Amino acid sequence: STQEAGLTNGTPVETSSPASVSSLFNRLQLDDDLDADSRDPYGCTETRDLFVTVDDPKKHVSTMETYITYRVSTKTTRIEFDLPEYCVRRRYQDFDWLRIKLEDSQPTHLIPPLPEKFVMKGVVDRFSEEFVETRMKALDKFLKRVADHPVLSFNPHLNAFLSAKDLNKRQGLALLTKVGESVKHVAGGYKMRARPPEFCAMGEYLDTFSQKLGTIDRIAQRILKEQSEYLTELREYGTLYSSWAGSEEELRRPLEGVAGCVTTCCTGLEDLSENMSQDFLPVLREYILYIESMKNVLRKRDLSQAEYEGRLEAAVLRKQEDRTPIPMEVEKCQDKVECFNADLKADWERWQSNKRQDFKQLLTGMADKNINYYEKVMQPVINDTLTRFK
Amino acid sequence: MLMTLMKAESSHYSYSVRNSKLILGKNSEFLVLQCFSNFLMKPCLCGIKMVEEGCTLLRRMEICVAEAEKRSGKNAVNMQETFTVYLIETRPMDALNEGRNPAPDSLWRRYSEFELLRNYLIVTYPYIVVPPLPEKRAEFVWHKLSADNMDPDFVERRRVGLENFLLRVASHPVLSNDKILYHFLTEVLAIIFPCFCLFSIRRFMEMKHYSDELQSHTSQLLRARARVADRLYGVYKVHGNYGRVFSEWSAIEKEMGDGLQSAGHHMDAYAASIDDILEEEEHYADQLKEYLFYAEALRAVCRKHELTQFELEMASQDLISKKQQREELATGIVRTFSFKGMTNKLFGQEAPEQREARLKLLEELIAEGEDTVKEKTVECEEHVERAWVDMQRFKEQKDKDLREALINYAVMQISMCKKGIQVWGNAKECFLKM
Repeated sequence: STQEAGLTNGTPVETSSPASVSSLFNRLQLDDDLDADSRDPYGCTETRDLFVTVDDPKKHVSTMETYITYRVSTKTTRIEFDLPEYCVRRRYQDFDWLRIKLEDSQPTHLIPPLPEKFVMKGVVDRFSEEFVETRMKALDKFLKRVADHPVLSFNPHLNAFLSAKDLNKRQGLALLTKVGESVKHVAGGYKMRARPPEFCAMGEYLDTFSQKLGTIDRIAQRILKEQSEYLTELREYGTLYSSWAGSEEELRRPLEGVAGCVTTCCTGLEDLSENMSQDFLPVLREYILYIESMKNVLRKRDLSQAEYEGRLEAAVLRKQEDRTPIPMEVEKCQDKVECFNADLKADWERWQSNKRQDFKQLLTGMADKNINYYEKVMQPVINDTLTRFK
Repeated sequence: MLMTLMKAESSHYSYSVRNSKLILGKNSEFLVLQCFSNFLMKPCLCGIKMVEEGCTLLRRMEICVAEAEKRSGKNAVNMQETFTVYLIETRPMDALNEGRNPAPDSLWRRYSEFELLRNYLIVTYPYIVVPPLPEKRAEFVWHKLSADNMDPDFVERRRVGLENFLLRVASHPVLSNDKILYHFLTEVLAIIFPCFCLFSIRRFMEMKHYSDELQSHTSQLLRARARVADRLYGVYKVHGNYGRVFSEWSAIEKEMGDGLQSAGHHMDAYAASIDDILEEEEHYADQLKEYLFYAEALRAVCRKHELTQFELEMASQDLISKKQQREELATGIVRTFSFKGMTNKLFGQEAPEQREARLKLLEELIAEGEDTVKEKTVECEEHVERAWVDMQRFKEQKDKDLREALINYAVMQISMCKKGIQVWGNAKECFLKM
């Protein structure tokens, strides 16, 4: 732990030394195979021993309600699990339960976001194929992120979620750590001195990034709108060539050729737009939610720092008055803050790395779809029409 | 530009020139056109002589519309106006074939003078499908193109269209031999456009139907194409916004920054590429427009034939009624009601000398009428033949031209796709490097 002098100055807690991070890590992680990659301090994929999948949506109709369940499949070699394989059915509510439990029990960690909970009944069809498909992909991503996380994946609530036949949500597993409790009980009286610069930078980054993603979302929606209007005009355009072909002799085949190409263009455009709204936009929006989660974690960190500083200040004053020694709670608070900072930083690096991969994939996917569109449109023009012309 | 109208010997038939400032009266009149750049008054009556077909003007001289310039001046109602004039250059083919490179003869003409030339050709050769002029005002615009006649792009496309018109006329087996055309191209003098009679024929119902179809299809297609172009423009341009936001985003990224920034530039390039693509498509639209106007020319030929047929029928009716009058006068039996007949009954019959005089006049008129009807019938039949021939020629030309236009259009689409693939491929490379 750090020196006392550093604390009485009121200077913010320094970044924890690598030693304390790894010791913290070792306490929780049973897997000895650690990859020392600085960018991804928590490991590499070769040592993964927990695999989860969400698929197979099914509709359930009861007298009370209608809802969708998804199949959650697990394969694992971890000893925390009784069996090597599990297959259970879960609904959205269950995922939400898991998320809340994780947030409560691991307040210093970034919990991945879930897709939107409430959908306006009149506007969106909750049982349409597209909606269910999109939601399922987001749930799958959520669960995979949790399963890949070195700390969260060992959470007992996750274990229950993946393995229990019936998820008894009312019976909360008694695992609320002291850390969790004290964070909850922080009163409004504590005010943080200053957010350390590295966390400031994180906050600023998140704000700007969130803004840019919002802009990209708007641009994508605008493109969808323009494409839809283009499609409408294009359809009429194609029919005009067909009807002209009907009143011509020599020109009939070339005109029909052009009509055919326009039709291909229309189909290609439909596919492009569908991909944009089914695959591109949902991922974008999910990241905006992710950013909000990260901001929350930053705020919680601030709160715990504030609490520590407040208690310390009070204790120091008391010591000056009647030589009462600094109580144990204050040291425990300090530990807590250090813990929080270390977890957050590690999660941040991990998040940045994942973000890079996710966006690389998302944007190259968008480029690919556009390339496919042009290739699809070009083919019949080259093959079919030019031979018709000859 | 000054114009004078001179009345000449009246003939039985009348004609009115549409869409010009020269509204004529009932009798045929001569129009005198004076060129703007040279206030010469050299009236010259040019006859129309048909040289043997197949020897077109274009073989004897090279023609082009080289330049366009803005001019200002006072118009016919003494108001200041700005307009564009076009330089017509001609060079003799035999000089070029011998390897010499003489300076071209040139003169400036404005659009309305081309219109007058075309109207004259329409009137003089009513059985010919006369090539159309480029549009008078910019129509079928999609929002980017200016609808302004002084816009440099519009002027340039009009210059090309006018040259195209002259080349088509000069290569037509019949029109190219016209003396007025030759003077239009080469000499600065006053040209007189005499007006002639019109003819009609019923056989052209089919032709009329075809021209209606052609007109309807091309105009609908042109309108739809303009709407499609407008929408496509929107799609491409919105992508330009990606360029800006990727650039801003790259500023807060470390490893991803370069890739994002470069990708942004490619998005800008994508958005910019639509301008050239659509500009090229305008050429395709121009080719369709030419045939839209050609359809109008076809309809004009049909209308004129209908009108002439109507006149022939009127002449025939007139002849019939005159013959009936003669019969009544000769036999005294009144078959039809007439005012003269009534007054005769009221005021008593006329003197025999008067009757003789009237009969004699009638006989003269009937003889004239019979000649006229005979003439008109022969002319009608001749013109049917000639018009039919020209229509077949027109159809062949149209099929060839539009086929080529459609192929070019297909090639343009392929080119557009290739550009799209290239730009998105480049962007993808940048994304992979993020």
